[in-house]
Amino acid sequence: MASFLYKDIYINKFYSIAGKYENNGVLKNVNKYINDFYYGEKTIEDCEIKMQKEVLNNLVNNKTELIVGGDLMNQITATSSSVNNLNISFLGTYSACATFLSSIIILSNFIQGKFIKEGLSITSSHNLSSEKQFRFPVEYGALKPDYTTFTCTGSVGCNISKYPSNIKVVSSTIGSVVDLGIKDANNMGAVMAPAAVKTLIEHLNYTKTTVKDYDVILTGDLGKYGAELFKTLLKKDYGIIIKNHIDAGSIIFKENQEKYSGGSGPVCLPLVLFNNILQNKKYKKILAIATGSLHSPLLVNQKHAIPSTAHLISLEVLK
Amino acid sequence: MEKKEYQKLVKKTTPKPDKMNNSIKVFLCGGLMGAFGEIIRLLLINYFNLKSTDAVSIVLFILIVSACFLTAFCDFDKYVIKLKAGLIVPITGFAHSIQSSALDYKKDGMITGLGSNFFKLAGSVILYGIVSAFIFCVIKVVFYG
Repeated sequence: MASFLYKDIYINKFYSIAGKYENNGVLKNVNKYINDFYYGEKTIEDCEIKMQKEVLNNLVNNKTELIVGGDLMNQITATSSSVNNLNISFLGTYSACATFLSSIIILSNFIQGKFIKEGLSITSSHNLSSEKQFRFPVEYGALKPDYTTFTCTGSVGCNISKYPSNIKVVSSTIGSVVDLGIKDANNMGAVMAPAAVKTLIEHLNYTKTTVKDYDVILTGDLGKYGAELFKTLLKKDYGIIIKNHIDAGSIIFKENQEKYSGGSGPVCLPLVLFNNILQNKKYKKILAIATGSLHSPLLVNQKHAIPSTAHLISLEVLK
Repeated sequence: MEKKEYQKLVKKTTPKPDKMNNSIKVFLCGGLMGAFGEIIRLLLINYFNLKSTDAVSIVLFILIVSACFLTAFCDFDKYVIKLKAGLIVPITGFAHSIQSSALDYKKDGMITGLGSNFFKLAGSVILYGIVSAFIFCVIKVVFYG
């Protein structure tokens, strides 16, 4: 497992756009909310591209040397289209819902290695485009069990550089791919929980820390039931009882919004991280674990188990 | 944790659907739809002097068209999620499934999008409907003449 310690890597600026369902008071200081699924465009795909373009317009500056990012659409279409003609090097990544953190890790490593000085990480997801991609046609209203998750709509980006700011990237771990034989594409929490546990343990071993050394351990989109499994696995396999755990997917929607077991998608974790956790002065040492279910509808139909991964970064808020 | 042990744990922690509650909801909704159809049928027979068979066809037509209308202009999908099979089994589901695919793919081109995805969900209904109709016909001809 590849873990890294960084010396001077900082998140300088971030910009976030969220959809109408995310506009419920949980997220603070979101730069923009969009009120429908189209954002003035003709198709949902164009909407996602427009969101990303707006994020890029607000973050790209003349020091940006590299953009790393991805999204949930086939061939990471939204990202490749939004960076089109920007005249900046682009590297596409895909780790499903862990894409954003994988981009941050790649950029941090480039900067730590002194290959570049500043880069930009971006991601987006759109509820309807991912429904169309992975599930049923949108208007069909396919029946879903309570333990499924609801893909968040939005786009988030951040500048990462060696220039000091108050958010420092301290360390990271790139997760391996795990599957414990779960074949239910609705039960993403159960698919991803073992990957989250594995990455967390590897990181704690590498940095020689315990869960108590952090103010909050934020997982991506396990959902309510997945978060329970995550805690159970930690307790049963490693004897770790975790009290400072928050699952971004479980808190992004309120109880009365009836969004099944919570939110998901690559923007779920960064939205909660930037617009909730980092807005709260209580949290200084943050461990963010983005979980990604690397499922393809094709292999799910062929009765394969769903592989999953989790990437981790450790952040420190400086005074 | 071993695969089998984990799968057992997942099975234990995953919430089960409330079958009783769902059945009652579906029964009531489906029953209401049936009653609605029956009222229209009787109205058509009594006030428009139609034959019973013609009236049934018109009732089906009204149900299908209204489902299509609701799919296109209202949140029919949200009602389907709440009322489940009660709303889609009474003939309305077939048109709804075709139309929802059509709405999703209409912007991907008339042939490559709408045309090739039109029967994305309903294709299996048509295929297995025809196959089972054929099998039952064979059985009928062989055993009952």
